Amino acid sequence: MKLKQLSVFLENRPGALSGACRGLADAGVNLITLCLADTQQFGILRLIVRDWAKAKEILMARGAVVKVTEVVAVEVPDRPGGLADLLEVFERAGINVEYMYAFTVKQEDLGLLVFRFHDPDRAVAALQAAAVKVVNEVELFRRFDL
Amino acid sequence: MNSNRDLQGTFHPASAPDYLPLPQLRQLQLQRLQSMVQRAYDRVPLYRGRMDERQLTPADIRSLGDIVRLPFTTKTDLRDTYPFGLFASPLQEIVRFHASSGTTGKPIVVAYTQEDVRDWTQAMMRSFLACGLHSGDVIQNAYGYGLFTGGLGAHYGAEALGAGVIPISGGNTERQIMILKDFGVTAICCTPSYFIHLIERAREMGVELKTLPLRAGVFGAEPWTEGMRQRIEAETNLKAYDIYGLSEIIGPGVAMECLHQSGPHIFEDLFYPEVIDPSSGEPVADGVEGELVLTTLCKRAMPMLRYRTRDISALHEETCACGRTLRRIKRISRRTDDMMIIRGVNVFPSQIEAALLAVEGTLPHYQIVVDRVKGLDELEIQVEVTAEFFGDTVGALEQLRQRLSHAVERVIGLRARVRLVEPHTLQRSEGKAKRVLDKRKL
Repeated sequence: MKLKQLSVFLENRPGALSGACRGLADAGVNLITLCLADTQQFGILRLIVRDWAKAKEILMARGAVVKVTEVVAVEVPDRPGGLADLLEVFERAGINVEYMYAFTVKQEDLGLLVFRFHDPDRAVAALQAAAVKVVNEVELFRRFDL
Repeated sequence: MNSNRDLQGTFHPASAPDYLPLPQLRQLQLQRLQSMVQRAYDRVPLYRGRMDERQLTPADIRSLGDIVRLPFTTKTDLRDTYPFGLFASPLQEIVRFHASSGTTGKPIVVAYTQEDVRDWTQAMMRSFLACGLHSGDVIQNAYGYGLFTGGLGAHYGAEALGAGVIPISGGNTERQIMILKDFGVTAICCTPSYFIHLIERAREMGVELKTLPLRAGVFGAEPWTEGMRQRIEAETNLKAYDIYGLSEIIGPGVAMECLHQSGPHIFEDLFYPEVIDPSSGEPVADGVEGELVLTTLCKRAMPMLRYRTRDISALHEETCACGRTLRRIKRISRRTDDMMIIRGVNVFPSQIEAALLAVEGTLPHYQIVVDRVKGLDELEIQVEVTAEFFGDTVGALEQLRQRLSHAVERVIGLRARVRLVEPHTLQRSEGKAKRVLDKRKL
């Protein structure tokens, strides 16, 4: 039920992000979604791609520091309160969200979010118990093939 | 202000030893050297052991020239005997401790008896007198107070002189400038680079230093150049004087420039100077550059025999126009080791390395970058992020950065900015890391 995400350490300087993206582009790797966390000094680029192992290899060959982490993709109704309702599931279960970002695609009236938890398995269990749809890898990539 | 010539820096009774006729000075030095060697031999196992190895006894020191028979003492000796191993006085006679950076984590400790503090006070008082300061002057002491010898050393000397001392210590530049202006300060003690920072900050604040009564700057604790002196003197009405000293010997006041500004005079009745070739250890001819070696002639708590300062200098014998018989040293502009002086604080790259190693248990690839921005030294440590250190969240990386920064600060006593950089971005020359990049232009 979990997805692999790549995190890349970047210095906060012109060219740091474009270099990483160009490397992936040249190898024909498409980015399904990404998010960039930044501080004054450095940034962390987080990526979801289809073939994470290949992307990792490409980035590491460029000298980048890459970490693979597990994240959870969750469907959320695209209406006011959709996210708030979802977050209450975590709150009730005492689960802390480390960070989150969104996929750019939408299916009907459902949006898709990426969550990073300290303990993703516990989060998945809590979501399933609350009957919230967790999108697995197969399902995710199928949607992107449409 | 005062027409009494005795108070104009030309002569003051405390300065009498500055003008001893040479034969008398040499006689005094020999007597003091002999009793210092005797004291060190009797009371400090390290000195006794080394002299015994050479089958040397204190009685073998019959002339000043015999000093070359004595073994050298190094900073490593102070580290190896940490904290009290070189003391020649019982602890109950010690009235003061100071400490400065060692080459790794532990500091080196120095100690003073009541008499040592008195001698040091006299040396600092003579330093102020040499550059024309006297009672009635208002001295802003911006050397750091604390374990560093600069603050208290200058403080005691200025107070003994009868000057008004402002014990402002280092830092808080705006307040320094306000007090400089409001208190009618006539002399300031600080590092030359900090004073340049003060000049630049004063300009930004719209304070015209040239209109102030400030007439003397007692600058030391770091290498500087004639160019810096010219710049300071062009932008203010003060004369910039070079003061030299080091904790291992006593602190500031080992040597000080007179009104002629032609190199610091060593207070030779208290400290005996030699200049050697740093690789062979042999003495060099007068006026030739080499490593300055100093022997304390009066220090009771912690005698130093032939201490290798690692400072590159030269000894000048020619008489100075001021009439002092004390020899002069050439201004220190570099060293024989990799010690850096940052904001007046001694820093060894090995200390920083030890601190970085302690944080994560492995040594990251790093580079130390020292720069001078608006006259103020800045220390940045660039650390390459590796897979082991990389924690995926901003919080984890910020924590790592702070842990590294605190670890360095704990060891060297200075705030260091840690910058995390991508792997393989730091310069490596011939496979060997270039650990220090000193961008300061002196």
